[in-house]
Amino acid sequence: MMDGSMALPFWLDALIALLLLGGALVALLGSIGLARMPDFYMRLHGPTKASTLGVGATLLGSMIWFGVGHEGLSVQEILITVFLFATAPVSAHMMARAALHRRVACRERTHGEPWDEMDRLPGYAESSSSSDSQR
Amino acid sequence: MPLMPQLTHWWPRPHFSLFLLVLWLLLVNSVSPGHVLLGAALGWLIPFSTQQFWPERSHLHNPVRLLLYMLRLLVDILRSNLTVARLILRDPETLMPGFVRYPLSLTNEFAITVLASSISLTPGTVSAGLSPDRAYLLVHVLHLDDEDELIEQIRERYETPLREILE
Repeated sequence: MMDGSMALPFWLDALIALLLLGGALVALLGSIGLARMPDFYMRLHGPTKASTLGVGATLLGSMIWFGVGHEGLSVQEILITVFLFATAPVSAHMMARAALHRRVACRERTHGEPWDEMDRLPGYAESSSSSDSQR
Repeated sequence: MPLMPQLTHWWPRPHFSLFLLVLWLLLVNSVSPGHVLLGAALGWLIPFSTQQFWPERSHLHNPVRLLLYMLRLLVDILRSNLTVARLILRDPETLMPGFVRYPLSLTNEFAITVLASSISLTPGTVSAGLSPDRAYLLVHVLHLDDEDELIEQIRERYETPLREILE
């Protein structure tokens, strides 16, 4: 163990350990979800978990560790969280849209229809016909 | 206010510039004069050079309520993470995934973006598309119990507060 960690009281150590383990567990669950789910759209849900709560808990642990025991409060972890929370949903949205556009199949039992009239509405007609001609 | 500010403003977004300056100082973790100067330069340059990309302005009516909204979102992320964790460990064959069309009542682009992001951040739902006429948001749900209840929940927990805060 390093010198700095000796100064931390036990409960703080325990809290940091709990946050790190909790974050790791959530990330693991997200990965299991990614591997287990049967179709593309369901797979998207796993990584969303990992990137919100998993990384959030890990960063909170890191922030307490560096804030209390070491070189003073560091706000960079908050920034990472903010950037992640701002960008992760956008990438998930773009992946889902790309999958819908390419007509990636979803499970047959999926309730509801994935947006077929999107191609018929103005603005989407051109892009869908161009992709049709490529096939 | 013009929808598309074609006019070149020398200093288009003062608040955004200030935000960028603070962001830069937090990023480099220092308030030395050099970094303040660099941050101020970036805070001016970025809004100035990207002003054509911002089609409309949104007005933040109540920053405190936005903070409350983010707190609620955090709590919801925690809660729904637990729910989805249980779902993932279940047999995938018992899940009932579904696409739900969420009828939007928001009209502001930025507000719709925040709503779609909120939906994607809370596990169990991912926003998958916006209809070109902006009337519907397509949401993919990992396990759908009751479509109307889900729509009602999104409306009540996210959309209504967002409309009050951002529109």
